[in-house]
Amino acid sequence: MTLQFVADGLIAGALIGLGAIGVTLTYSILRFANFAHGEFISFGAYATLLLAGAIGAIFAGSTQSIGSLSIGWAVVAAGLIAMALTGLLALALDFLVFRRLREKGAAITTVMASFGASMALRALLEFMFTSRPTYFSRDLQIAMPIGLGIRVTPDQMALLGVTAALLIAVHLLLTRTQTGRAMRAVSENPSLARVAGIDVDRVVRTTWLLGGSLACAAGVMLGLLVQIRPYMGFDLLLPLFAAAILGGIGSVPGAVAGALIVGVSEAAAVQMVGAEWRAAVAFLLLSGILLIKPTGLFGKSE
Amino acid sequence: MNDIRRAILVVDNLVAGYEPGLPIVNGASLSLGAAEIVVILGPNGAGKSTLIKAVAGLIPIAGGKVILAGKDITRLPAHQIARNGLAFTPQTENVFAGMTVDDNLRLASGILAVSQRRARIEEMYALFPDLARQRRLLAGRLSGGQRQMLAIGRALLVGPSVLALDEPSAGLSPRLVDVVFSRLNDIRASGVAIVLVEQNARAALAIADRAYIMSEGRIAHEGAAPGLATDPAVAALYLGGLKAGTPRGAAS
Amino acid sequence: MPDLAGLITYASFFFVTALVNAIVCLGLNLQWGQTGLFNVGIAGFVAIGAYASALLTTPAIEGHWGGFALPIVIGWIGAMAAAGALSAFVGAITLRLRADYLAITTFGVAVTVHLVALNAQRLTGGAFGIGFIPRPFESLAEKPLQFGVANLAVVAALVGILYVALERLVRSPWGRVLRAIREDERAARSLGKNPTHYRLQAFALGGAIMGLGGAVHAHYIGFIAPENYQSALTFQIWAMLIVGGSGNNRGAIIGAILIWALWSASGLAIGAFFPAEEQARAAALRIAAIGAMLATMIVLRPRGLLGERATVSRHLDDVRP
Repeated sequence: MTLQFVADGLIAGALIGLGAIGVTLTYSILRFANFAHGEFISFGAYATLLLAGAIGAIFAGSTQSIGSLSIGWAVVAAGLIAMALTGLLALALDFLVFRRLREKGAAITTVMASFGASMALRALLEFMFTSRPTYFSRDLQIAMPIGLGIRVTPDQMALLGVTAALLIAVHLLLTRTQTGRAMRAVSENPSLARVAGIDVDRVVRTTWLLGGSLACAAGVMLGLLVQIRPYMGFDLLLPLFAAAILGGIGSVPGAVAGALIVGVSEAAAVQMVGAEWRAAVAFLLLSGILLIKPTGLFGKSE
Repeated sequence: MNDIRRAILVVDNLVAGYEPGLPIVNGASLSLGAAEIVVILGPNGAGKSTLIKAVAGLIPIAGGKVILAGKDITRLPAHQIARNGLAFTPQTENVFAGMTVDDNLRLASGILAVSQRRARIEEMYALFPDLARQRRLLAGRLSGGQRQMLAIGRALLVGPSVLALDEPSAGLSPRLVDVVFSRLNDIRASGVAIVLVEQNARAALAIADRAYIMSEGRIAHEGAAPGLATDPAVAALYLGGLKAGTPRGAAS
Repeated sequence: MPDLAGLITYASFFFVTALVNAIVCLGLNLQWGQTGLFNVGIAGFVAIGAYASALLTTPAIEGHWGGFALPIVIGWIGAMAAAGALSAFVGAITLRLRADYLAITTFGVAVTVHLVALNAQRLTGGAFGIGFIPRPFESLAEKPLQFGVANLAVVAALVGILYVALERLVRSPWGRVLRAIREDERAARSLGKNPTHYRLQAFALGGAIMGLGGAVHAHYIGFIAPENYQSALTFQIWAMLIVGGSGNNRGAIIGAILIWALWSASGLAIGAFFPAEEQARAAALRIAAIGAMLATMIVLRPRGLLGERATVSRHLDDVRP
């Protein structure tokens, strides 16, 4: 057994982390498990694909690979625009479905509606793009050895860097800005936040925008490193939930830590028992944490 | 007794409750003058807490009006009421335990203009030196008395015209209760009107100008604070409401 | 001249499948409508029942575990036991926690069960599944009309028995405690009733019924494969219950028939109007439409078409940590 699984695990963990942050924020601020979060990931990837195609058609040279990466500026620009669009999709879904249920006060029905919405969105993607996998680029990348028996591709290195940057940005947002403080306040005590002058509706909107755009980033990463298909986000849902619960609901550092644990465990399992058992790892970790410490590693004990 | 026209806060025939059709406050009226301390007393279940929460915007109002400095705030959401100058501290969970003392204050400062924020926060620290020493501490680790100070400081930060408190003495030792209440006195002296709900009638009546006694969702009695401590009508109201249980610190 | 025999055969096929779904839906109603528990992994529990029954009743095969060639009824009982046990396990870990945690865990169960079914070749036959599952009235297999009607009679009787039993259960002392817990948990607790125990029992029983549905279906069709038990199935059953009326056993049965009718009709339409290459996409559109309908139904009319009894009280949500 080599240490390759550590690199693979970190990359998977980074990916899962971007999605898990959105899940944990939605969970703690809106108080429900959003089963449609996987579809934000898939939508983000497809939106980027479409936009990259359009940008590549308009701007000659934008499809040229940047350095040793497999993509050009078209994809990068498309990704940024898609992040905004995915954030808007999340807002739209909240406006159409979740907000009304929230006003009625039926938390678990919101979960149910999110499940229905996720099914509809997934099917819509399948209808528009068929279930055939597709890719951002057909370029083959060569994995370079970086020591300790580990090999990584340029794409993987770049994406690890981008994720780290995003995570730092989110951390700074949450700890150093008023918006971030407001989010933490609403997550802890919504009625106290209200009387402290916080517009909770605005915080909710920010949460959706943030969660949606991070999910899009995860989708672009996943599409780049593996492939793009309608079920890509849905298949990530269990690891996302496992990571968020493992780290402690509401804790963004927890979600990242949980994601890394899930990612590395999955990669180790792939090396030891085979890739087909990968999905079971998340379930085992989830069951384990619920049995031992349901509030998660960074969560407060009740 | 203040002239209603000069009152900073007027509650007129308020009907409010958690569920529509099941009002807990059933036609309560009160007024608060610009530099007054008014206390709302009454037995458990009278609706005192519900009343003050409804004024703060946390509980749906089914009927009646709330007027703050001449502006009708009845239909406003809680965060707008806060921005209009009514600061509320709840009885339990009145600070963000998971955030530092400094973050609690910085959060509240969001209402103010950016240039004013740091200055006002430092003013609060000057007012509550204990808190200044523990800026970086998670609010959940503060002692009960310090937490109450932080809750009040958080509310005062924005320079409200009215400070509304729900049982500020809850969970505090008698010595701390005296400290908190003398602070409230200072705050009133600085020009902030205060309305508080209290079980500890003795401490509250010592600093209040006027008191209202609530019973079964309505105001049953009102009067100048000094006389109420020995008023037999008050005792009757309290004793009448004592069938279910004894309020702490009832007038004796 | 209409082929009456063919029509009856098709109708019996339609109704057997609809009623099998109704069985699963009845199980879900016990979990959701009566107890307020959100199971997002229905397909997993149905699969466990199907595979358990298949393994118990098929003849032994070289290199494969299982194959005890037991009678069908034993298979069905085994299915209920297996699904019930898994439900009890899931409930035990999650019922004292937030409601969403149950949803997430059941989701995980479905994913994992599907994964195991797909990969544990020696146990489940992998992607090929298990075949030669003994069917009731096997001797009539050559005569589709009689076979169909006989099976329909069995399934209809089963649904009838379940319906009566569940209605009795709802009105029994046990059922009343369950309702009390739903309406006011604190009061029920003060009377000495442990809500978690009752919820666990309801959840396990509901899961067992789902397993039974899976087993009955497996024995009717004769073969099972992992692809039968995916999120689309969970989704279908939910649509049936929500449309029919949650909290309502009659609604569960009627919703099952209604949604199955919609599903079959749209399936026929897709087959008739779309060329072969486009059928997968049209099928996806069908799911999108039903998903949108489900979400709309939840927002606008959560009690469904038949919803008479009130759904779960809001207290259930603010009790948890």
